[in-house]
Amino acid sequence: MNIIKFLDEFTTDNLVAKKSSRRDMFGTFGSLGKKAVMSAIPFGLATMPAKMFAQDSGNAAVDALQLALTLEYLENEFYNRAINCTVLPDGRPRIVYEQIAKHEAAHVDFLIAGLEGAGVEPVAKPEFDFTAGGMFDPFLENGTDKETAYAQLLALAQAFEDTGVRAYKGQATNLQGTPFLTAALQIHSVEARHASEIRRLRGLKGWITGNERGAGMPEATQAVYNGEENITQGGVDVTTLGDGDPFGFDASTEAYDEPITGDTAVAIASLFIKAS
Amino acid sequence: MKKQKITVIRPNGNSGNPRRQFLKLGGLAVAGAGLMMACSKDEMAQAPQPMPQPNANGDDDMTPDEMGIFDLGEGDLGVLNYAYALEQLEADFYTKVVNGFYTNCSQEEKMVLTDLYNHEVNHREFFRAAIGAAVGDKKELILPDLEFDYGDFDFSNRDQVLNTAKVLEDTGVSAYNGAGQLLKNPIYLVLAGKIVSVEARHASAIRTLVNPGSADFAGDDVVTVDNGLDLAKNPSEVLSAVAGLGWLQTEFTAKFLP
Repeated sequence: MNIIKFLDEFTTDNLVAKKSSRRDMFGTFGSLGKKAVMSAIPFGLATMPAKMFAQDSGNAAVDALQLALTLEYLENEFYNRAINCTVLPDGRPRIVYEQIAKHEAAHVDFLIAGLEGAGVEPVAKPEFDFTAGGMFDPFLENGTDKETAYAQLLALAQAFEDTGVRAYKGQATNLQGTPFLTAALQIHSVEARHASEIRRLRGLKGWITGNERGAGMPEATQAVYNGEENITQGGVDVTTLGDGDPFGFDASTEAYDEPITGDTAVAIASLFIKAS
Repeated sequence: MKKQKITVIRPNGNSGNPRRQFLKLGGLAVAGAGLMMACSKDEMAQAPQPMPQPNANGDDDMTPDEMGIFDLGEGDLGVLNYAYALEQLEADFYTKVVNGFYTNCSQEEKMVLTDLYNHEVNHREFFRAAIGAAVGDKKELILPDLEFDYGDFDFSNRDQVLNTAKVLEDTGVSAYNGAGQLLKNPIYLVLAGKIVSVEARHASAIRTLVNPGSADFAGDDVVTVDNGLDLAKNPSEVLSAVAGLGWLQTEFTAKFLP
């Protein structure tokens, strides 16, 4: 199955019809209109089909790279539009976004070259909708106020980066034994550097405590953080390895980032991909 | 400035409880088994002696084996011991940092450095337990506690501390990135992945403390501009850089790692 066709299926009414709690979803984006709230779909809450993402092409490594490319397309377009809109303040925010934009563009090129070099046709770039059906207005195109748009520009960046870290991590075993593993790890850590800086730009810690999405993050992004509260590593509860703060719940969850499956990554990304 | 005393944290005695939990994962025993196949009994018997003399100089006529210097081992065990060595260094360094924060350390800097201390100590004890589980009764295959001597390093100097933290975190990132492909067991690969991204988050934060408002969090000195890839280094490269710091007092070898 073509990955984009696969992704498209999640942007149809099928996805929209899924029931989920929308209460207080936009408590931190108070100035958003009712219309946006009504159309809000939490990230990644769609029920996944029985068919596993990794089985689409019959080659787990290829699928991992195609998923990575799709996520990079998303980030690349997001940051390109961010640095070319009127919302982003000069100074640290612009410097940070421009540096990240540079990397995401390079990642797209790198993955396309890698897939082509392996004789695989890279997936086409999807058509993105960063309003997520009217939920957001990060580039100030739909009449929200600048402050809200900037808050959303930051919140989406955090969600995309933290998702990227988890998604690459989740694909590592699919790339094990291939020449792409090291490169994927090298992208993975860049996404983590980005995530830390965006989070800190938002006034949060650079690392994820428990499954907290952090102050100011819409509830719709909770799927990005679910599972980060894990304290069992390699079968052992790391809170039992010693006494004191290093083994408290907070530190024990912050010290390890958790992977997400390809399905979860697709479900999150698909919210921003237009159905064709 | 009031000094806060933070003791070096050791695992919960020798209860062995966490290690037994590890053993429930069948795959984790593979590393120990693989190593046994690769080593003769004689070699195994020689392996355990860590070298107590920190400053061996000029004993070039003796191979490390003959001197009984600990070797990290091969395969997944070697990589785990390698990661454990790096985590021991990071944990030890931040223990010193948080036991007497440098002059004019801001609240934000204290928070970041305390978190890094917490995370790295957790990582260190995780590897101690994970390797302990992997080697079973062959405890002599676990890298011993490393000793560090920071010489004239000035822990009261902000620039020295933060710039060293930056080097340590960047080194950790490049080490895990380079070591991923050496791991055979997918469970270990995922565990390394869980840790490396946290090291990268640390590196990013420290870099912004060193140079606020800059692009250094993922600077062109570590992320290649053309392809957007972070550094990835082999163990030999990383370990020689670590040795170059001059702090490591416990000798060990990495004969089976690239």
